Amino acid sequence: MTDSLTLPHPAMAHGGPPSGLPGPGLLPGAGTVPVDLRAHLAMYGPLRTPGGRDGLLREVAGAGLTGRGGAAFPVARKLAAAAEARPAPVVVGNGAEGEPASSKDRSLLWLSPHLVLDGLQLAAGAAGSRSAVLYVPRNERLHGRLAGAIAERAAAGMDAARVELVTAPDRFLAGEESALVSRLADRPALPAYRPVRGLPRLASGRPALVQNVETLAHLALIARYGAAWFRKAGTEAEPGTMLATLHLADGRTSVVEVPLGAGLAGLLGLDRGPGPAEAGAAGPDVPSAFGPVQAVLVGGYHGAWLPAAEAAALPLANAALRPLGALVGAGVLAALPADRCGLAETARVVRYLALESAGQCGPCFNGLPRIAAAVGHLAGPRPDPRARADLERWAGLVAGRGACHHPDGSVRFIRSALRVFAAEAGLHEQGQCSGTDPRPFLPVPATSPATEEDWS
Amino acid sequence: MTGITGSTALWYASRATGVVTLLLLTAVVVLGILVNRQGRLPGLPGFAVTGLHRNVSLLAVAFLAIHVVTAIADPYVTIGIAATVLPFASPYKPLWLGLGAISLDLVAALILTSLARGRMSRRAWRAIHWLGYAAWPLAVVHSIGSSADARNGLVLGVLVGCVLATAAALAWRLSHAAREVPRAGRAAAALSRMSARKAGL
Amino acid sequence: MGKQLRVNPVACAGHGACAELLPELIVRDEWGYPIVADQPVPRGLIREARRAVAGCPALALALTRVA
Repeated sequence: MTDSLTLPHPAMAHGGPPSGLPGPGLLPGAGTVPVDLRAHLAMYGPLRTPGGRDGLLREVAGAGLTGRGGAAFPVARKLAAAAEARPAPVVVGNGAEGEPASSKDRSLLWLSPHLVLDGLQLAAGAAGSRSAVLYVPRNERLHGRLAGAIAERAAAGMDAARVELVTAPDRFLAGEESALVSRLADRPALPAYRPVRGLPRLASGRPALVQNVETLAHLALIARYGAAWFRKAGTEAEPGTMLATLHLADGRTSVVEVPLGAGLAGLLGLDRGPGPAEAGAAGPDVPSAFGPVQAVLVGGYHGAWLPAAEAAALPLANAALRPLGALVGAGVLAALPADRCGLAETARVVRYLALESAGQCGPCFNGLPRIAAAVGHLAGPRPDPRARADLERWAGLVAGRGACHHPDGSVRFIRSALRVFAAEAGLHEQGQCSGTDPRPFLPVPATSPATEEDWS
Repeated sequence: MTGITGSTALWYASRATGVVTLLLLTAVVVLGILVNRQGRLPGLPGFAVTGLHRNVSLLAVAFLAIHVVTAIADPYVTIGIAATVLPFASPYKPLWLGLGAISLDLVAALILTSLARGRMSRRAWRAIHWLGYAAWPLAVVHSIGSSADARNGLVLGVLVGCVLATAAALAWRLSHAAREVPRAGRAAAALSRMSARKAGL
Repeated sequence: MGKQLRVNPVACAGHGACAELLPELIVRDEWGYPIVADQPVPRGLIREARRAVAGCPALALALTRVA
């Protein structure tokens, strides 16, 4: 099994639809058994499109569904643009999930492929297209499972649009929209410069409608149960549920479906306590059901660290997180145990991010490695005092000057680390470190790209 | 056989402009390599290298045009207009003139695509521009075979100089290409340089 | 409605011709790559801006219309 396929955490699984959420959820309640076509139809009912294409667009707009790939773009707007695009776009389900800390897309693809495939067909219908692609991580068993699901549906004559499986290279940026488009043209999955927003275009000039696989799954449920049902969960501004990948302080990982706006404390088992003690990085560790926590990473490796006390008071919602420099992103939440060195964890991740640069844009492939080396120094004893100043300068030079958002996201992550772990940095300057457990906490792959083939 | 037979002004003009065209094409190739390697010419700003490369290429086209027109207009040998672009279509020395025609076709493709650069894909433009490395040697071989001039004195000296200059520039370019880090490894290379450097701190 | 200079960072190889031709709006960072002022090009510099666009060997600079 792909190593990051996870189960609902025993402390959180309920063996049924997620509590507090209406109706059947995205992941089957039984946990790890993939759902075949018959069970899928029995659980969710047949795929109906009440009111045809216009009806679907109305429901999606009413539901306020936004993309679940990290950018949170309104789906109804994208579908409308796709419906008007000429020629009819290729519809792509993006399951590449390049973020190592996220496992929700591959979990969804493994456990509920038919929901994703339903959504893909709905999107194709809305776009007036008969061509669909499912872009998936490189894993033989997953590939076989998906091919089987597609074949099951073909045998049942369910699908109007033909679905092709395309594998993504094992790269952080493989799921980036323009990199995906490049891969679809049989070229390496490298991001492209896209000065004009709107639907991306393939080399042939044909537009592409790209949606995260979780977004497609939500689409499949909204088509069946309607906008009002979807809005029963979540907040007014950010309705519905999402899949979150939780990295708990005891080292275990789980993928759970949660309503948007759910409290981070509840998700990560943090004691709410009296609230954030002081502003800034000097907040005390927060006890949790899985051990004391010093900081929470919200939004993955292009997201931001928050002090644990601050995070414990926040909901999983962009309205609350963005003013603090964080974001929901693709739903990655990690509770860093108090006995780790936050700077060391950050340095490992930043080194990975630097090596995952596509190497196309000067500021990125020059700046990120230098920043990574500087963070590495800050994570060591008595770092050169120039490292911090150099780091700040390079961060300013790198953000916004690449073709994609890799440098920007990485800088967000790094700046938040410098804020949250400022006390740790002070200790390091004196040759001390508060970390007592040297084991790595956040998942960082060992391999780094060296040749063009690694991007194909 | 002596070097000069049945001379006319047109025939002289064609041979003279042919030599100049070869000189200019050599300059274009060397300047092109200089642009690619971000090299500089002493006393000139960086953008001047690109400007020279482009302007000299247009000058080369002008001399090439005169070279071709005078050759066709010369009544002493029959070449025919078609043979300027169609290889091996000339009754007179079809092989050597044919190579010249191919070279001309390639030069035309380079010039036209560069003028229309904004309208074509980057990849397509690059692919055609690489044909410059074929156009130049074809011009050299054409020079050697089309006229006995190349076998003596000044013209031979010019030819040898052109070949040496291009060979040197090419060697410089190839030596860099051999050491260049492929795109996928650029970040890793920068990272290891950083670590190596700071280790000395 | 004005015009703005934009760099295609994938095509850019850091030649620096643009910074030589339009130093009022373009400087090179410590690695040789252009930092373009994020403001519309003043009318008096439009001609120089066009020359900078034409002078880029990689065709990485563009003058785009901004609403």
